[in-house]
Amino acid sequence: MGNYHLNHLKALEAESIFVIREVAAQFENPVLLFSGGKDSILMAYLAQKAFYPAKIPFPFLHIDTGHNFPETLEFRDQLIQKLGVKLIVASVQEAIDEGLVAEEKGFHASRNNLQTTVLLSEIEKKNFDAALGGGRRDEEKSRAKERFFSHRDEFGQWDPKNQRPELWNLYNGKKNYGEHFRVFPISNWTELDVWQYLVQEEIALPSLYLAHKRNCINRNGVILAASDFLPLMNDEQTEEMTVRFRTIGDLTCTGAVESNADTLEKVIIEIETSRQTERVARADDKRSETSMEDRKKEGYF
Amino acid sequence: MKYTNGQKTAPIFKNKELLRFTTAGSVDDGKSTLIGRLLYDCKSIYEDQYEAIKKYSERKGEDHVNLALLTDGLRAEREQGITIDVAYRYFSTPHRKFIIADTPGHIQYTRNMVTGASTANVALILIDARKGIVEQTRRHAFIASLLQIPHLVICINKMDLVDYKKAVFESIRQEFSQFSAKLDVKDIHFIPISALHGDNVVDRSSKMPWYEGTTLLYYLENVHIGSDQNLIDCRFPVQYVIRPNTKKFHDYRGYAGRVAGGVFKKGDTVMALPSGFTTKIAKIDSFEGEIIEAFPPMSVTLLLEDEIDISRGDMIVRKNNSPEVRQDLEVMVCWLGKRPLQLSGKYTLRHTMQEARCIVKEIRYKLDINSLHRNLEDKTIKMNDIARVVLRTTKPLFYDIYRRNRTTGSLIFIDEASNETVGAGMII
Repeated sequence: MGNYHLNHLKALEAESIFVIREVAAQFENPVLLFSGGKDSILMAYLAQKAFYPAKIPFPFLHIDTGHNFPETLEFRDQLIQKLGVKLIVASVQEAIDEGLVAEEKGFHASRNNLQTTVLLSEIEKKNFDAALGGGRRDEEKSRAKERFFSHRDEFGQWDPKNQRPELWNLYNGKKNYGEHFRVFPISNWTELDVWQYLVQEEIALPSLYLAHKRNCINRNGVILAASDFLPLMNDEQTEEMTVRFRTIGDLTCTGAVESNADTLEKVIIEIETSRQTERVARADDKRSETSMEDRKKEGYF
Repeated sequence: MKYTNGQKTAPIFKNKELLRFTTAGSVDDGKSTLIGRLLYDCKSIYEDQYEAIKKYSERKGEDHVNLALLTDGLRAEREQGITIDVAYRYFSTPHRKFIIADTPGHIQYTRNMVTGASTANVALILIDARKGIVEQTRRHAFIASLLQIPHLVICINKMDLVDYKKAVFESIRQEFSQFSAKLDVKDIHFIPISALHGDNVVDRSSKMPWYEGTTLLYYLENVHIGSDQNLIDCRFPVQYVIRPNTKKFHDYRGYAGRVAGGVFKKGDTVMALPSGFTTKIAKIDSFEGEIIEAFPPMSVTLLLEDEIDISRGDMIVRKNNSPEVRQDLEVMVCWLGKRPLQLSGKYTLRHTMQEARCIVKEIRYKLDINSLHRNLEDKTIKMNDIARVVLRTTKPLFYDIYRRNRTTGSLIFIDEASNETVGAGMII
């Protein structure tokens, strides 16, 4: 008998494809949450593999804070065209204009929390019964407790103390009308797994992930990209730095790291020796000890 | 989707194997500390994580950095100092990537241990050297055997508090071996450790020269898991039918799914259940192109030579090796629901890609996990109880007994009113 074993990346891929297909089979109206970041690009790629040679049988949803890196939007539109899927853009700016949500005030204002309201309202409006997300359990301590199929009540809330047990590979997607599921097919991937896989499979990424020169602001140790969306505090100055991003989200709260890694291979070497988690640069996680858990309970990604 | 900002230089990453293990122990056995130690010594803890728990420990006035905080992430867990839910942790060494399902030790959370155990290759059970084998230890060992985890490692922890004495280790080992002789466990290892000081976790202890075995990490890196999968009985539960309906793939009809057993090859004569029609595999397809052999746990798409009616829930098998096809099942069930199991009650079952309804015809006995005694009188099956039941399903299930195949032998019970997952079943 030959050597029938899959390496860790192929084993993770097989698991994720299985979960994505399960969503298409168990739900009537799923949607894939697409931010343009590496995890959602990976998700798009795995979904393509799951249904090949058919097209991905569900639309993508981008919750647009309006504070985007131009590179992300350009990349997003090209990828959508290549995959031939439908893209729905739900705009936080429009929600502010319509009075659905109010903009936070002050220098630390962020549209991060507003995304939750916009996401939940979009799920309700379009009757989505499952939202696929690129969340990983290694990202943050409350995410470590997340299921693959994560039930949300009619208010879109997560109840971490009362989750459904998830056994073997049997996923229970049963729910009442008005409730929905968040599904996390790449739960078991680590940041390094994602990077290794992206390189191994030669998957294109926005240039932001590689080292480049950019005007930045150093705020409380977090390096933020200087932009019109981010007013300077009194004594702050912008400076040109060579940076890359480990995660890509809202421009005003996604921090960069100083780096000379201008190829994906160099990025992997940096990550392998890195002593900080990728979310260290996320200003939104620094608000309190349990800020991710609190946001997730309300219905955040 | 190629990236073009460089030459095609995709490196081949070292062929790492994926190993899933679960950890169990009773309260204060030092389980979270052990995991913290493995992560810390394998350099899987980042500076910002370490700084965060250091600050938290200092604020709480603790003497040393509490590594347990790495795994207790929820607000309620930190407040109460206990682990509530299964937490998944990751670390890797040059040879393997590890997924830890860290399960809480409280008696009321046995359902979490079953959850963590269901996908594990290895179970780590912690025993406090001062206390020896307690009720929880027996329960955990029994669940590991019930769930057919192939390898069991008994970590006798807090050896520092018994002066690293060989006699303590040996006496616990003997007592455990007597108990485990009654269980169905293939492979058991015993390791004396101190999670707090790191003895025999990653590095060999200099304090226990009498111990000639390996460290825990060495064991995890080297235990042979290649034969944990069933490569004999070909089982392919159809998950999803791929029909592109495009000009290029007009007649394409692919059966997507994950191999649950055996090795499938192009040209194999196969049979579809429940129809019983036989045909041959025309092609095993994937995004990368044709696949020569498909084996567990690969996700692939099968194309067949003849057009036969197959849909989700059906199973493709080898012609001369079929699974059981029955509506009457004997099942060991671990009850997970808040409401007790109802005799004559109706539940929805999920089994491979099938969904069926069932009625509980009979509760044969409740199992006392401590004595392994079969209780024929008290048949009230509450949360965390384990029982043998007889089910009648609305349609035939295609299954193997759980001992032979963990994928085709397992099922879950779903409460039809609440939609909750209320039971974990293993077919016998």
